[in-house]
Amino acid sequence: MPAELVANVIVAGVLTGLVYGLMALGLSVIFGVVRVVNFAHGEMMTIAMYATTVLFAAWGLDPFLCILPAAAAFFAFGYLMQAGLINPFITRPEHSQFMLLVAVAIIMVNGLLMMFGPSARNVQLDYQLESFELGAILVDKARLYAALAALAAAAVLFLFFRFSKTGKAIRACADNHLGALVVGLNVKHLYALTFGLGSVCVAIAGCAMVLLVDVTPALGPAYTLLAFVIVIVGGMGSMGGALLGGVLIGVSEAMAGLFIAPSAKSMFSFGLLILVLLFRPQGLLGKKA
Amino acid sequence: MKRELVLLLALAALLAVLPMFAGSYALSVATLILFFAYTGQAWNIMMGFAGQLSLGHSLYVGVGGYAAGALFFHYGIGPWAGLWLAVLLCVAMGLVIGFLAFRFGISGVYFALLTIAFAEFTRIGFDHLDWTGGPGGMFLKVAQRDEWDLLNFRGPPVMYYYAMLALTAGAFALCFLLLRSRAGYYWQAIRENEEAAQALGINTFRWKMLAVALSSAMTAVSGVFFAFYYNNLFPEQIFHISRSIEIILGPIIGGIGTLFGPILGAAVLTLLSDGITEGLAALGWEIPGIKQVFYGVVMLLVIMFLPHGIWPAIAKRLGIAR
Repeated sequence: MPAELVANVIVAGVLTGLVYGLMALGLSVIFGVVRVVNFAHGEMMTIAMYATTVLFAAWGLDPFLCILPAAAAFFAFGYLMQAGLINPFITRPEHSQFMLLVAVAIIMVNGLLMMFGPSARNVQLDYQLESFELGAILVDKARLYAALAALAAAAVLFLFFRFSKTGKAIRACADNHLGALVVGLNVKHLYALTFGLGSVCVAIAGCAMVLLVDVTPALGPAYTLLAFVIVIVGGMGSMGGALLGGVLIGVSEAMAGLFIAPSAKSMFSFGLLILVLLFRPQGLLGKKA
Repeated sequence: MKRELVLLLALAALLAVLPMFAGSYALSVATLILFFAYTGQAWNIMMGFAGQLSLGHSLYVGVGGYAAGALFFHYGIGPWAGLWLAVLLCVAMGLVIGFLAFRFGISGVYFALLTIAFAEFTRIGFDHLDWTGGPGGMFLKVAQRDEWDLLNFRGPPVMYYYAMLALTAGAFALCFLLLRSRAGYYWQAIRENEEAAQALGINTFRWKMLAVALSSAMTAVSGVFFAFYYNNLFPEQIFHISRSIEIILGPIIGGIGTLFGPILGAAVLTLLSDGITEGLAALGWEIPGIKQVFYGVVMLLVIMFLPHGIWPAIAKRLGIAR
């Protein structure tokens, strides 16, 4: 196995992993604050991917230009979903919340199936076929741009949570629900805001991802599981953890694909999930519960 | 108590004589309902009784089916012997998962994800396992379909119907007895408040393991039935997470932790699903995926407005205990 091939695969894995990381970041933010397990996360990403293909087919919009409208639409959607559907469920037992979102996920996936059919769709852009040469390593332009978009979005989100007033309020809710209520924060509104932000992450990740893979409705559940693996490996509620987990999973998938068999790459991720759940359930960068 | 007994006997009588006036299609639907009722009941033991949400129950169906199926396929060993291997393997796996989860303090969301991970891991594993046919699947030979051959579990559809009926009735009786036994009370205590149960001196680890073992054993039997009824096994189908979700839909819609919930839920879902398919075909709306969307909507409505399931609401109307 030539070293250059391995190096190329690792680089591709890291870049793809950053996009995965952004998707997982959305999940981590939602779970970290609202404490709801969003089983429809991957499905939402798939909707974003399809929306991008539609915008591209209709108006020739580059996926990166789709980011703004997609983010806005998804923010509204996420906000409404939390405010309307999920908020009453916060006090219900966990399996009820699960099932609610599983039902939503089923409706989403099959709605997409109804609208677009089972065959794959994608976008076709010139720069998907071009790459930068860094010595012996070829970096796909599309992959690099996607990863940069993911990093930029993650950075903006991080700055928001760190320095803005609303961000601090949301973190307060996450840390101490009762305390936040006592202090007078509108927790329900902040929860909805958080879900909206998580959805924005998913939207941007989706716009970026559609440059890298073809989209089919079946990707939804697969991405949901992947997001969970990443968030658990990286650490629930840790933003850096989500990105790190994403990169780890991206690289391990790429390596498994190279050394074992492409169809077995998810097996590796699940094996990693099992190990992390057993030996370090708070994840690599998570805080001990 | 008397009222419940009367209703129960009426239902049992109805199910017993069903084949006499049901066509072959209706019979296959009834068998499917009973299959999901039985498997749902098995899952219910882990969730409704012991409070552990397993979203990877397809693992046991798959391993049970493949174990008995492989023995039959490669060595011609009949299902009754294969059953033992299936149950053994599934109980072993269940105990491993249970041990890993409970010893390491994994519960709730994390436990559910652990079960999903194991199921997915096994699915991909079987996709690469040539001895059981890999992704192309394993096909079992059907010797004959006319006479009741219980030893090899081959016969007319009626035989499968009664077999499933017997299994479901057995599971129902077992759950009934368990609920009223010490195990049942311990489980309910653990489900409601595990720490309080521990404070009372209940060895929660042991009882949770028992629930997991029983649940996985029963589901293994369901897998063996699946293998010899459908006679084809594909990793993508039998281990898939959608199968796990199908299994749990019945109990959740019918009512978790209740006796009748899984059976009612399975009946409602299967009939609804078939009804929707027929209705849509009649309207000419044959779009792939539309049936699942209806499923999802029904699920959503039940979860939102009848969180304890349909059965408790009906039981109240009928004036009987859960």
